[in-house]
Amino acid sequence: MNFPADLKYTKDHEWVRVEGDTATIGITDFAQRELGDIVYVDVNTVGETVEKEAVFGTVEAVKTVSDLFMPVTGEVLEVNKDIDSAPESVNSDPYGKGWMIKIKISDAAQLSELLSADAYKQLIGA
Amino acid sequence: MKATALTSKHISLGAKMVPFAGYNMPVSYSGLNEEHHTVRNGVGVFDVSHMGEFILKGADALDLIQRVTSNDAAVLTPGKAQYSCLPNATGGIVDDLIVYKIDEETYMLVVNASNIEKDWNWISQHNTKNVSMKDISDDTSLLAIQGPKAIDTLQKLTTVNLSEIPYYSFVKGTFNGVDNVVISNTGYTGAGGFEIYFENQYAEQMWDAIFKAGEPFGIKPIGLGARDTLRLEMGFCLYGNDIDDTTSPIEAGLGWITKFTKDFTNRAAIESQKTNVVTRKLIGFEMIDRGIPRHDYVITDASGKTIGKVTSGTQSPTLNKAIGLGYVETAFAKADTEIYISIRDKAIKAKVTKIPFIKK
Repeated sequence: MNFPADLKYTKDHEWVRVEGDTATIGITDFAQRELGDIVYVDVNTVGETVEKEAVFGTVEAVKTVSDLFMPVTGEVLEVNKDIDSAPESVNSDPYGKGWMIKIKISDAAQLSELLSADAYKQLIGA
Repeated sequence: MKATALTSKHISLGAKMVPFAGYNMPVSYSGLNEEHHTVRNGVGVFDVSHMGEFILKGADALDLIQRVTSNDAAVLTPGKAQYSCLPNATGGIVDDLIVYKIDEETYMLVVNASNIEKDWNWISQHNTKNVSMKDISDDTSLLAIQGPKAIDTLQKLTTVNLSEIPYYSFVKGTFNGVDNVVISNTGYTGAGGFEIYFENQYAEQMWDAIFKAGEPFGIKPIGLGARDTLRLEMGFCLYGNDIDDTTSPIEAGLGWITKFTKDFTNRAAIESQKTNVVTRKLIGFEMIDRGIPRHDYVITDASGKTIGKVTSGTQSPTLNKAIGLGYVETAFAKADTEIYISIRDKAIKAKVTKIPFIKK
């Protein structure tokens, strides 16, 4: 499994790519494997500010459904619309084409609470 | 946790393993959708050795089976099998099962892994005439080879003419050099194919031979995930989801395996359900608006009144739409009735659909 070193991670199996005061968020390679074939991603929080660890959406796989949690507090700016027509990209390219949302970070101090790739790998026993 | 004779094989193939009915079982290998399509279009192999097998033997074996099961086993001749269930005394179902007639006085009952002990106790309790009962579950391996290319795959390994074995029939014969293999034209996928029963000691050689024979057809190992989507597309009940100790065979649409030509547990109550009207029925439905139904989601009518509950649901890989099974009040059971599934506090529109969802 692949966990890029330049990303931050959460115990809820999301990854965060920070670019200035915005961040791109998706689910990790471990999470997509656990969920199996993704059918769609449901995000109804665009334009809202969602608190850290609150639910910003859900991901439906063939076999199961899982909530998606905000890694840090922020305003949801955009959802990846390409996933609607190609949900398999979450499985095949979780850190690239399979990204889920972009947010505007409310409190940059929260970023220090995220996990490094190594700490995340340790968490999942990889 | 228990292992089948092939658990280490699955792990070496990179399967994702999960605990299921006390067994360490493969839930997927290459991916659920791919495995699903492999079975629908080619051939796939399931290790379902966790299933339970009981041998009932003796002059009164048929009498015992007739009393504990709902279907009429008297119509079976050696080499024939039938789907049946064990009704309980309170209107529910102890388990669903397949009854195989091996010879005039010998039967094999194949039961769900999660119910082996419960079924054994239930049948034993009714065994008043000393029928010999043997639980061979721990010594028996079961492979389901399913899909349109299953017959071409398996025919390479046996001189038994597989095309002469009708649906729900079996032959006890030599397969891959092993004697007394039960080769049964049954399955839980609607894709066609066979299920083979043999002793654990042959498991690895059987698996390897079948994969070699199926190589030209792109044979793949298939996990429990795809087993669930395949059976759900056919509207086959899964014990613990769609039927259980509280659901009657009539409510579950299993009237076709309840025969009142003989006496059996709770017959009178079930017969009165069949002639009168049941208050709820198991239906198939498909989602109209976006959402995937899951076990235990509430079903409502247009006004928001609860009318039932989802028992199984998934995204159908064949139809590429969300489908499910569930119980609803009888008034809502007709095909094309609009119903709503409560998904995360939202009412998502669906409609009652005839099962099977896919036609052969």
